[in-house]
Amino acid sequence: MSLAPDLCAAIEEAKHHHGGPRPAMLESLRMIQQRHGWVSDAHLEEAAALLGVTTAEMEDVATFYSLIFRRPVGEKVILLCDGASCWLNGGDAVRDAVMEKLGIGFGETTADGRYTLVNICCVGGCDHAPAAVIGRDRRLVGPLSPDDLDRLLGEDAR
Amino acid sequence: MTDRPLTGRARPDRTPHTLEEWRALGGYEAVERGLRELTPERVLDMVDEARLNGRGGAGFPAAKKWRFMPKPGEAPGDGPNYFIVNGDEMEPGAFKDRILLEATPHQLVEGAILAAYATHSTEIIVLIRDAYRDAIRNVSRAIEEAEAAGYLGRNVLGSGFDIRMWVHPSAGRYIVGEETALIEALEGKRAVPRKRPPFPAQSGLWGRPTTVNNVETVSCVSHIVANGSNWFQSLSRTQEGGTKVFAVSGRVNKPQVIEAPMGATAAELIEMAGGVSGNGVLRCFQPGGGASGFLEADALEVPLDFGHVRAAGSMFGTGTLIVLDQTACPVGVIARHMAFYARESCGWCTPCRDGLPWAARIMADIEAGSGHLSDLDILRMTVEVGGPRGRAFCDLMGGAMSPLGTGLARFGDLFEQHISDKCCPVARDHRRAAA
Ligand SMILES: Cc1cc2nc3c(=O)[nH]c(=O)nc-3n(C[C@H](O)[C@H](O)[C@H](O)COP(=O)(O)O)c2cc1C
Ligand code: SF4
Repeated sequence: MSLAPDLCAAIEEAKHHHGGPRPAMLESLRMIQQRHGWVSDAHLEEAAALLGVTTAEMEDVATFYSLIFRRPVGEKVILLCDGASCWLNGGDAVRDAVMEKLGIGFGETTADGRYTLVNICCVGGCDHAPAAVIGRDRRLVGPLSPDDLDRLLGEDAR
Repeated sequence: MTDRPLTGRARPDRTPHTLEEWRALGGYEAVERGLRELTPERVLDMVDEARLNGRGGAGFPAAKKWRFMPKPGEAPGDGPNYFIVNGDEMEPGAFKDRILLEATPHQLVEGAILAAYATHSTEIIVLIRDAYRDAIRNVSRAIEEAEAAGYLGRNVLGSGFDIRMWVHPSAGRYIVGEETALIEALEGKRAVPRKRPPFPAQSGLWGRPTTVNNVETVSCVSHIVANGSNWFQSLSRTQEGGTKVFAVSGRVNKPQVIEAPMGATAAELIEMAGGVSGNGVLRCFQPGGGASGFLEADALEVPLDFGHVRAAGSMFGTGTLIVLDQTACPVGVIARHMAFYARESCGWCTPCRDGLPWAARIMADIEAGSGHLSDLDILRMTVEVGGPRGRAFCDLMGGAMSPLGTGLARFGDLFEQHISDKCCPVARDHRRAAA
């Protein structure tokens, strides 16, 4: 599936934003991911062509930044904090409970394609520890406890 | 409000003010005064006299950094000076910039305009971490409003000065917060730090003179211009000016952001954060986020500023405290920190790329009860190689070595007990006491 025309136009447009095609690479990757949830090889190549950079240059950037996903992810990506402040407030128990409930480990996606679980450094939510951010709009949730995971996974987590 | 200038106007739910609402609270008066009545040099002098130190970790005096920025025509070649606001906040335990970005974006825009004016910068970029989506949205909106009101754009307030400002949303990786790595990121490259010299003020973004300051540093500037250097200095209890947006987390009852005078003590801040949780007795704390060395109860009354915390043997860093009670194990905290720094290494230099994962593995083993006494020598060697006077290329590794080095020095017995008893002695004794 190739990139939608409006996305192509936005990528072309990004070339003219600040500093030419190079800085537009990350912006394009972000736009593709916002639309599709992740960045496939085909989309990456297409965007590189639109920007006039090589696929290798694009890949170089895409693989450095940890929140550009180069593999398919679930509908909701759960970025679970594994930092010290969360750990001090029971983060390990939350992690274990999430893994058990979803039946997946870090870096994995549930079979029904609904959730992907990723560990992340401090999410800047230490006042809500243990905390996570979830979904495409990176909504902060916490404090989490093993028996109240519905707050993480449920409706109000969007 | 005046004793908490930075956070006093923030709404409890962090909904930002519209420009009109902000103006009704005195917003943009400093910008009008600064650009209409003061020269860039005068603004810079005021910040100097206010003794504003950078709040991003190193505590470098803001004005001193700004003085390196060339005036128009002084730098060779064509192009603007850049002023960059660092909103990458990813240090473990740090969540102080978040409130300033989310709740008071106009305060940031005001400060950035004045800072740009003082550094002859006509382009302002705010880099914000990906996880802070509300911050990205709120700051972007504030910029639009400021543009519409004529505080940004061409010939701002008739000063003859043009300023553009935009937000760059980042895409992960802690190292992006290091200022030269940040510049690489903005240029569309992998965020690997640059060699210094040349310093960014000589050659920064696209080879142009560039200043990078932390969100909190920038948020102070309008207050200095509005109320004067003496006033700003008088907010502090020490020689370093202003209030500080502290944050307290870990084993406290009400982890939170607390704006207090520079020089407030850990005892006061922990008290304001509802006191020590767990068993209620402090074991130790990190005064400045994950990359700061551990301090113990004898440091509870140390005035917290860059100078005093350094003298006490740690680092003030981001001014965000991580608190451990007696039932929390520093070895476990260090293991989390090492895993974090190892994962976030940019991979450029060997001590960090190879040393940190090694240290992280050893820490995980020790914590799990499968460590060896000889491991401690390897950890000490890692501290030697990567520590503050060590051989890594940037401060990521040096920072990572602070909790490890001070942890080994202060809690050596706990490390050894993990190894001899093949388990975490703190967790075990705590379980026993509870049973
Ligand atoms: C690994 C690493 C990460 C950093 N992350 C941040 C950050 O997220 N935010 C920040 O303001 N400074 C960060 N810094 C410090 C910056 O390099 C720089 O000193 C700071 O942005 C300057 O602003 P200031 O003078 O206002 O403190 C980091 C430094 C290192 C070595
Ligand atoms: S110390 Fe680490 S983060 Fe810094 S340049 Fe070396 S490898 Fe990269």
